[in-house]
Amino acid sequence: MAWQQQVLLRQQVEEFLYAEAALLDAWVLDDWLLLFDEDAKYEVPCNDAPDGDPATDLMLIDDNYVRLAARVTRLNSRRAHREYPHSRTNHQVFNVRVQDVSAEELSVTASFTVWRFRAGRTSCYVGQYRYRLRQGHSGFRIAAKRVELDMTDLRSVGDVAIIL
Amino acid sequence: MSTGIEPWVTQAIDVAPQLPIVVDDPVAQRFQVHRSAMTSPEIHRAEVERIFGKSWLYVGHESEIPKPGDFVRRPVGGRPIFMVRGVKTGNVNVFHNTCTHRGALVCRQDSGNSKVFQCFYHAWTFDSEGRLKGVPDRDAYAGGVNFDDLGLKRVARAESYRGFVFASFDPDIDDLPTYLAGAKDYIDLVVDGCGGSVEMARGTNQYSFGANWKLLVENSFDGYHAESTHDTYFKYLVSIGTDLRGGVSGRAVDLGNGHAVIEYSSPWGRPVAKWEPLFGADAHTEIDRLRADLVARHGEQRAHAMSEVNRNLLIYPNLIINDIMAVTVRTFYPPAPDTVDVTAWALAPSNEPASLRHRRLDSFLTFLGPGGFATPDDLEALESCQQGFASGGVEWNDISRGMGRSPSANDEEQMRVFWRRWQHQMGAAADRAGAQ
Repeated sequence: MAWQQQVLLRQQVEEFLYAEAALLDAWVLDDWLLLFDEDAKYEVPCNDAPDGDPATDLMLIDDNYVRLAARVTRLNSRRAHREYPHSRTNHQVFNVRVQDVSAEELSVTASFTVWRFRAGRTSCYVGQYRYRLRQGHSGFRIAAKRVELDMTDLRSVGDVAIIL
Repeated sequence: MSTGIEPWVTQAIDVAPQLPIVVDDPVAQRFQVHRSAMTSPEIHRAEVERIFGKSWLYVGHESEIPKPGDFVRRPVGGRPIFMVRGVKTGNVNVFHNTCTHRGALVCRQDSGNSKVFQCFYHAWTFDSEGRLKGVPDRDAYAGGVNFDDLGLKRVARAESYRGFVFASFDPDIDDLPTYLAGAKDYIDLVVDGCGGSVEMARGTNQYSFGANWKLLVENSFDGYHAESTHDTYFKYLVSIGTDLRGGVSGRAVDLGNGHAVIEYSSPWGRPVAKWEPLFGADAHTEIDRLRADLVARHGEQRAHAMSEVNRNLLIYPNLIINDIMAVTVRTFYPPAPDTVDVTAWALAPSNEPASLRHRRLDSFLTFLGPGGFATPDDLEALESCQQGFASGGVEWNDISRGMGRSPSANDEEQMRVFWRRWQHQMGAAADRAGAQ
């Protein structure tokens, strides 16, 4: 792939990730869910097992589409007590790299910080995103979003009640 | 003070009359806990000494260190500790994680395998049995130093029951089986239900929250809160096809020495060994086989208790084993009156069929994990209580639910068991000094 194409592709991916971050920060979770294909996964491994495999290792989050949709329903309700009222968040995406391109999918990695502010408390999540993206008619679709945390534990953030 | 006794103790003794923090009135059928138990720095300091300094505290599970030289390090009762399987003896050794020379940590990785533990500061080297094996430039020491006495310091007591390793900093504490009392039988139910051999899945939940640790004790076996606090979780279960109509009915049991359990019917499936349609048809055969095996080994009554009954077990003061849709082993420590550090693992049968293991882990993270649909809301509830205490105006928590009747799993008898033991262990330190 010519370097111009590589740069263009990366810029398209960055635009997509920024748009995704904006939906999360605006708590427009129904629209955010529309970015995912129905066979998609959303995974967050435990801090001490960032390479964790949900089949054999305990994960923090291991959502298929059904549970991801349930997560959105829950967070939209007034009974997700930890997130009612919602935190203010700021999802920041850096170091975006398109790692691999096949006919069907792109593998993308990026660094992130997600800041969470609620009731006077500040939390910050830091780590790496691993995406598998598919090219659709109207832009990218998410086939997998895996969030590997760099913090050694969750002590400073408490939980993962927000979507990273 | 020159007495060597902490000022709060002296004050508590000097001022009369004293009013207890825990008021247990069986005649009026009223049980109240003064909220200073959750907020007072003096109470917290007394707890560190009287509760965490004088109880058996969970260290880890033997299955975490199966091979000679395997080790894990972690705080126990707020102190850095490590346990290692001795290369020579095969024993589980539990050591204070500090060099006997000038203090540095000798075990600086969370887990691994090593024949030796070398303090990097001056390169003193210890073997897995704790013996001091290497001291650079040893000739510089005069005869007064006996290197045989400078091995790693063992915690005062370390014993295990069914692979659960406990330590105590109190050399005079009762032996572990005596201490565990009636809780032993419930550990047996969990371990025997798993075929007699268990392990911790890879991946640890380590999180913290801003409330008093005793609120997490209460919350960990509080049937009463489930429906209101965890509405979104139960709605999710129903949405994916779990039939909750069976409900939860059961009882609370006082197991002695502050330990208690609630045991209740399980409306949801259990990987040991209650099938539900969500598990899929393939798992049906497997679970039927597991259950039949339990009946053959333990009889129908005990197999029923292992398979269709949930249990939320407190091993006083700070170990929770909840055997529900998965099994969590959860321990916690309060570095401050309003802060709790929680560490939790998923316990599972060794050699569990892959599909059931996956199902178990899935159920764990959805309900028990800090990224799931329930635990974050528990944390919110406990922090909300702590914030409410700061409002003042109300001095007492009420924990009377179910007094005067045979305690059901949705009552609060199990919490009263904890609090009575807490009051007993705290002694005069759990009196409100200067009360009218």
